[in-house]
Amino acid sequence: MTTAERTGTPSSTAEAPVLEVRDLSVAFRTEGGTVSAVDRVSLDLAPGEIVGMVGESGCGKSVTAMSIAGLLPGSARVTGSVRLQGTELVGTRESVLRRVRGKEIAYIFQEPMTSLNPVLTVGRQIGEVLQVHERMSGRAARARAVELLSLVGIPSAATRVDNYPHQLSGGMRQRVMIAMAVACGPKVLVADEPTTALDVTVQAGILQVLRDLRDRLGTSILIITHDLGVIADIADRVVVMYAGRVVERAPVTDLFAFPYHQYTAGLLSASPTPGVHAGTQRLQEIPGLVPVLSTQPDACTFADRCPAADARCREAAPPLEAVRPAITDHVAACWHPCPAPRAHVEEATA
Amino acid sequence: MTVLTVPTVDAAPAGLTRRTRVLRRLRRNPLAVVSFVVLALATIIAVLSPWLAPYAVEQTDFGHTFAAPGTPGHVLGTDDLGRDVLSRIMLGARASLQVAILAVATSLVIGVPLGLAAGYFRAWDAVISRFTDLLLAFPFLIMAVGLAAIRGASLTNAAVAVGIAQIPGVIRVVRSDTLRLKSLDFVAAAVVDGASDLWVLARHILPNATSVILVQATVAIPVAILGEAVLSFLGLGIQPPAPSLGTMLATAQQFAARAPWAAVLPGVVIMGLALAFNVFGDALRDALDPKGDRR
Amino acid sequence: MARYLITRAWQSALTLLLSTIVVFLGVRALPGDPALALAGEDRSPEALEAIRHHYGLDQPLPLQFAQYVGRAAQGDFGESIRTGIPVSSMLTTALPVTVELAVLAILLAAALGVGAGVLAAVRRGHPAEWLANGLALVGLSVPHFWLALLAILYLSVATGLFPASGFVPLLDNPVDNLHHLILPAVILGTGLAAIIMRQTRSAMLDSLSSDYVRTAKAKGLRPRAVITHHALRNSLIVVVTIVGLQLGGLISGAVVTEQIFGLPGFGKMTIDAVFQRDYPVIQAVVLLTAAAYIVINFLVDLLYSVIDPRIRVTGDPA
Repeated sequence: MTTAERTGTPSSTAEAPVLEVRDLSVAFRTEGGTVSAVDRVSLDLAPGEIVGMVGESGCGKSVTAMSIAGLLPGSARVTGSVRLQGTELVGTRESVLRRVRGKEIAYIFQEPMTSLNPVLTVGRQIGEVLQVHERMSGRAARARAVELLSLVGIPSAATRVDNYPHQLSGGMRQRVMIAMAVACGPKVLVADEPTTALDVTVQAGILQVLRDLRDRLGTSILIITHDLGVIADIADRVVVMYAGRVVERAPVTDLFAFPYHQYTAGLLSASPTPGVHAGTQRLQEIPGLVPVLSTQPDACTFADRCPAADARCREAAPPLEAVRPAITDHVAACWHPCPAPRAHVEEATA
Repeated sequence: MTVLTVPTVDAAPAGLTRRTRVLRRLRRNPLAVVSFVVLALATIIAVLSPWLAPYAVEQTDFGHTFAAPGTPGHVLGTDDLGRDVLSRIMLGARASLQVAILAVATSLVIGVPLGLAAGYFRAWDAVISRFTDLLLAFPFLIMAVGLAAIRGASLTNAAVAVGIAQIPGVIRVVRSDTLRLKSLDFVAAAVVDGASDLWVLARHILPNATSVILVQATVAIPVAILGEAVLSFLGLGIQPPAPSLGTMLATAQQFAARAPWAAVLPGVVIMGLALAFNVFGDALRDALDPKGDRR
Repeated sequence: MARYLITRAWQSALTLLLSTIVVFLGVRALPGDPALALAGEDRSPEALEAIRHHYGLDQPLPLQFAQYVGRAAQGDFGESIRTGIPVSSMLTTALPVTVELAVLAILLAAALGVGAGVLAAVRRGHPAEWLANGLALVGLSVPHFWLALLAILYLSVATGLFPASGFVPLLDNPVDNLHHLILPAVILGTGLAAIIMRQTRSAMLDSLSSDYVRTAKAKGLRPRAVITHHALRNSLIVVVTIVGLQLGGLISGAVVTEQIFGLPGFGKMTIDAVFQRDYPVIQAVVLLTAAAYIVINFLVDLLYSVIDPRIRVTGDPA
């Protein structure tokens, strides 16, 4: 096996990726010392691809997402590389980054109520992006805002454009955030837990909006979530994170069918899955808590909670590499990956 | 099926109660320490002033009027009647602190129960809020004026006016915190357990409201000090010859050009006391902030 | 919004009524015969009888109160005991002075306070923040009458830059008018500026750490746009309400400032009245102050409901 075959390329297609993240690390200076939040994360986003980033609270997925466009506070130390269509973003001047934000890379956040300014109409807030990046006049921006509201599926857009955020339901507010994000046609949309604060019935609608945008505008989407259901619904590829590191990366069906990393297997076992948990089989919890690390140790960060851990896991950090020789798009960082596809899962998906 | 054992995770270092944490934060804050020391010294000096002051307050010395500070025997000089400025300042500070603390204590005694009641019982809220509005409608000085008109000017009236002026602030703060605490789960749990309203208020809500009450007190005292000073200055409060920083400034007005120290020094002391309380109050508020260090 | 305002309106009216009752009863609470208190130098039985009749002192209390309110509504507050001049004409001369002083003080305080507050919030950790905070603390702690004394001592008498006392009406000579008012206005505004600065800073810090500011940054807005268009706008709502509450303190401060600077305003009128036991004047002053405060507070609520769309559009305060 060549090194390339073993470590695998982070992307799935031969097209040039629109976003390339290589060895991104983020540490925070706090009053209690330095805290390492993200450790050498690498991933690619191809044009029109939806990549899901999944992990427990505190695993560093939001920090990774915010660091892409340099949105972390001053106490953050970011190293590594983030390239948007070849242009390096890490360490770039603020004035350059500001042109990228909102125009090339856009964000939607978890809490639409607090993420929208309560004293401005939604039309003004959407129009703002257009006025700043595309130099539209106020009137033109408002007209475009109405179009965008229709695009994301808000009825009576012409009236709604003058509403204030508190006059809209949670689902509609999130659609407004999406409209605001895609206003300038960004290449990358980063969605940080977009459905977590919404009712289950509303979630499906939002995910549909995102899928439509990808289909119609070709926007690449990086969606961060802790909900495996969302991943299964919308993602093309999945990146699993634990304690600041990527522990597994795979196309979505492969991940669900053949999880390699013990943590991924644990996550899947802990989520109710039809066919697997039918009958009286218990949901397996993963004991313990995600550690807060001052420095990233040269060991597997999951070892303390892993059923398959041994001495080797605590002495050296496993590299992120292909587990099966020829399958280069599915990599995991585990000394003792799950041996074989689980029989009952295979049956369920057959 | 394995039995899950939950590993013990140390969420916080042992022994770190809230009080310890607050005290530690205060100790680390240089401003808090300095202001606290100043206040402690000032209080001690003020309390002991009748014995510490070099001269009696009314002791005049017509042979040494308008002595500048540094004159032997008079560290801070003398005023128009030859009275020692230092002694008068010390006793005046004592009077100021007396009035201020008495006034604030009274406002707490009246305001805290009213605030608790207003926050906890909807029916009482309407009445108490109108009462608070009524109190607020009369600015402090106007109220003092009214009291002086009816009952004459005196130290008691000054204390009453100053105290009443603080009550709305206390009620407002306690009411707001009670409303917040009332909706928390531990109160619901107590009610479900059969606790009476009085029990809930006394054992659950009041102890948790102490931090806002404490902060309010540290804000109210400097206001009270300044209030008493203004009233004495205008002649509506402590009457001469009783010592008061306000009256000292009033009399100093006339001969300010000749003896500026008599006009400047009492004001410096008033400002110093108020400033120390304000700085300490700020530090206390920061230390009590559950969100940790925001700096 | 209408519902909110109506509630506030009748609450204000109720408070106004209660205040009037308190003031009315205040004079009646004087020890001894109220007629004696209201009498001037002429204390003959006939004069006292006339006073009793005029003020209805022999009537039942509710009737007296109705008479009092009725007259007050027409602007009749009786006559000054000392001078015999109708209180209403004393007010017409005195009020404009105080109003002008107060307006100047508020404008200065707002400009300085908001500016310093925003600066302190935006430049965290900078020396500018410490300076602004320190100045605000001093501004809160300094006794204003003392500051006024020092200002007169060192800025007027010593240097002759500003007049130490006196007043020139605005219409007579605007420049001179401002010259006389600027020092008192600055002194009066000091405390208010300190309060505004601290409230603005606190509200700005909250806004700047909010989610919607995070969104604004993520949209690629420039820092100045984020501060003014998003953070400040939200903060001002809080500041306006707080300031409204401080106006009572401003009235108190005006009394002292006028006394020291010899401005013939409302405040000086009040102090003189107290020491001269001029009860009709005192009564009018207390009542008007309360009424003004209540009305101003209601207007602040009105303003607040206009600025905050959460109230304007649905009627429920956030």
